[in-house]
Amino acid sequence: MQQIINFLIRNKNNILFLLLLSVSLFLTIQSHSYQKSKFISSANFISGGIYSWSSNINTYFNLEEYNLRLLEENERLRSRLATYEDSLDIKDYEDTISFNGSYTFRASEVINNNYAKMDNYLTIKNGSRSGIERDMGVVTSKGIVGIVENVSPNYSTVISILNSNSKINAQLKKSNHFGTLVWNGRDPNIVQLTDVPAIAPVKKGDTIITGGRSLIFPKGLQIGSITDYQLDQSESYYTIDIELFNDMTNIGYVYIIENTAQAEIRKLQKLTKDE
Amino acid sequence: MNNVVITNTFRFIFLILLQVLLLNNINFSGYINPYLYVLFIILYPFNGNQTLFLFLSFLLGLGVDIFEDSGGINAAACLVIAYIRPLILRFSFGVSYDYQTIKFSNTPPGSRLSYIAILVFVHHFVLFTLEFFNFAHLLLLFKKTFFSGIFTIILVFLSLALFNRKSR
Repeated sequence: MQQIINFLIRNKNNILFLLLLSVSLFLTIQSHSYQKSKFISSANFISGGIYSWSSNINTYFNLEEYNLRLLEENERLRSRLATYEDSLDIKDYEDTISFNGSYTFRASEVINNNYAKMDNYLTIKNGSRSGIERDMGVVTSKGIVGIVENVSPNYSTVISILNSNSKINAQLKKSNHFGTLVWNGRDPNIVQLTDVPAIAPVKKGDTIITGGRSLIFPKGLQIGSITDYQLDQSESYYTIDIELFNDMTNIGYVYIIENTAQAEIRKLQKLTKDE
Repeated sequence: MNNVVITNTFRFIFLILLQVLLLNNINFSGYINPYLYVLFIILYPFNGNQTLFLFLSFLLGLGVDIFEDSGGINAAACLVIAYIRPLILRFSFGVSYDYQTIKFSNTPPGSRLSYIAILVFVHHFVLFTLEFFNFAHLLLLFKKTFFSGIFTIILVFLSLALFNRKSR
């Protein structure tokens, strides 16, 4: 027993090193596995508070740009509303197809944004007290940003589309051929759409939108335009480079999308799988 | 002794905040960021308690990790360089380290450079290896380690120069 204690005391630095190293490696491995809650994230009281304090200062420098974006969006929505009201005289008439829709939008502010690493995250200023939950989609007026991952009462972290763990269903606007949106870690403005069948009519400049297959984003949100594409080695699938419509390096304000039908669809799918 | 504790506590907090609020947003030429917070590990008293030093380095890295949402990559990188620091000290400063007589400000510039460069490059290499987590982007990994490393070393020397002038 004496010898064991002596051994421990003599090697206490090595043991401490190995212990702490395994803790940090555990945290690292956990951060690389998708769909797991993390023990450590910036959605906490201290880092969230510091980030929102610093973003309070930084947003002033971008106010003009954010105002312009809002104007643009208002313009687009107003013109859509005008044509909608024109074409529907009896818009207050309720029937089986005029439902509320199953998506709820909430506005929030980005207080921290990374884009230079392999796995990038954003931190936003609202959390569970504002009704934000895990697996809600995050978009701007121009395109998609990511998916909510960890939530604290006042802050949440968002797994950016510029993250090697992010996989989002997306499709061509022209046809319904779909693929998986991933990022190769190089350029924060270019993402890749993989596994698009070779039969799809791919052309440079075409628009990519979200597909309706995930329960997170509604179908038809714009993502970006095709800049380049090549067939893979088996010549059966395309890998397409997409230039994003929204500037991931300067985001500012975002919308969080809640799919209120998500729980119901999940339940149904689980039931079907179990049978 | 008390003075040393206060200086290091202040440096610990200041470097984490500087790193997460300012330096992580530089993104020079797209992906190059300096990791100046290793300055804490470089300047930690040479004759300090090694166990406490390991633990503090771990906390330093973990503090940055919490802000960056990066799991434990900074903690692991800091821990590794804190663990091998005595070896590098002996390698860079030779015999004088063994007698614990050296003062950082009056060491020869050559050995100081080798000490800082080795620590910074090891730190960055471990950091980026864990960040990429596969060897498919090996070239990008070396490029990132090299350029970020040089950026960090330049900043370390600049801050050392500033620091020394003030204390004189």
